[in-house]
Amino acid sequence: MSTSVDHDSHNHGSTKSYIIGLILSLVLTIIPFGMVMNGGFNETFVVIAIAVLAVCQVLIQLILFMHLNLKTEEGRDSGSFVFFTAVILTLVIGGSLWIMYHLNINLM
Amino acid sequence: MATDTMTNQHVAAHGGHDDHEHHDMSGVKMYAFWIYLMSDLIIFGSLFATYGVLHNGTAGGPSGKDLFELDFVLIETFLLLFSSFTYGLAVLAMHKDKVKQVMGWLVVTFLLGAGFVGMEVYEFHHLIVEGFGPDRSGFLSSFFGLVGTHGLHVTFGLIWMAVMLIQLATKGLTEKTRPRISCLSLFWHFLDIVWICVFTFVYLMGAL
Repeated sequence: MSTSVDHDSHNHGSTKSYIIGLILSLVLTIIPFGMVMNGGFNETFVVIAIAVLAVCQVLIQLILFMHLNLKTEEGRDSGSFVFFTAVILTLVIGGSLWIMYHLNINLM
Repeated sequence: MATDTMTNQHVAAHGGHDDHEHHDMSGVKMYAFWIYLMSDLIIFGSLFATYGVLHNGTAGGPSGKDLFELDFVLIETFLLLFSSFTYGLAVLAMHKDKVKQVMGWLVVTFLLGAGFVGMEVYEFHHLIVEGFGPDRSGFLSSFFGLVGTHGLHVTFGLIWMAVMLIQLATKGLTEKTRPRISCLSLFWHFLDIVWICVFTFVYLMGAL
């Protein structure tokens, strides 16, 4: 393993990786739309299922389209920053919903 | 290959990093762009939180269930997803130094993105004409705020893409234009990722 090989392979993927990303994204888009448009499923189940599928698709696109990885130094730099932002987002979104939900109950 | 070996020897001879400057600079630019993207993500996060809090506040007006047309949204989603894919092909062509191919894929990406924006403008226009504009209820304010911000981002991405097409035509693939194409690719894929959250948490969950 020479360093130049390492250097080349991480940054731009290949036609194959883009096609795999596209197919997986299509599947992960069609399934949730199908579940909601056809109906007939338990509502709580659908909410959880489409949320999980969305997270899967986000991860797939981050890895296959945006080439986020933990193998190279650049990948780790961006990756840790993305992780940090995810924590902040959890606090902002989760905290807002949590507080406002309870305020809503108190106000009514 | 020959030049590659030469630069490598050169670096070894100097024992330093100075010959990697070009590579490092583009790495720094990409990292800086990641920082911008993540700060942008915080904006979207705040808008999602606002929507999450307000989505039941319909003030007697229509709810998502009454308004959202999922087959329409599905087509929008496909347009954006395929545009993300074709941009990927443009980046691959860039690494093979094929300017014409890069420009071709950028044009395809531009058309798909423009189709997406066109559909969204149509949807917004339709809603406003029916009297369901952002002033109707808290739900619609937050809906227009979130989806509109995403649409504006896509629009600016299209402007950036048009500028890149002009630069590629006049300057070609240079050390200056390459990192710009790479940064725009991050921006474009990022907008597709935000859209995944929009169609899941706004349209699909709203239509349930």
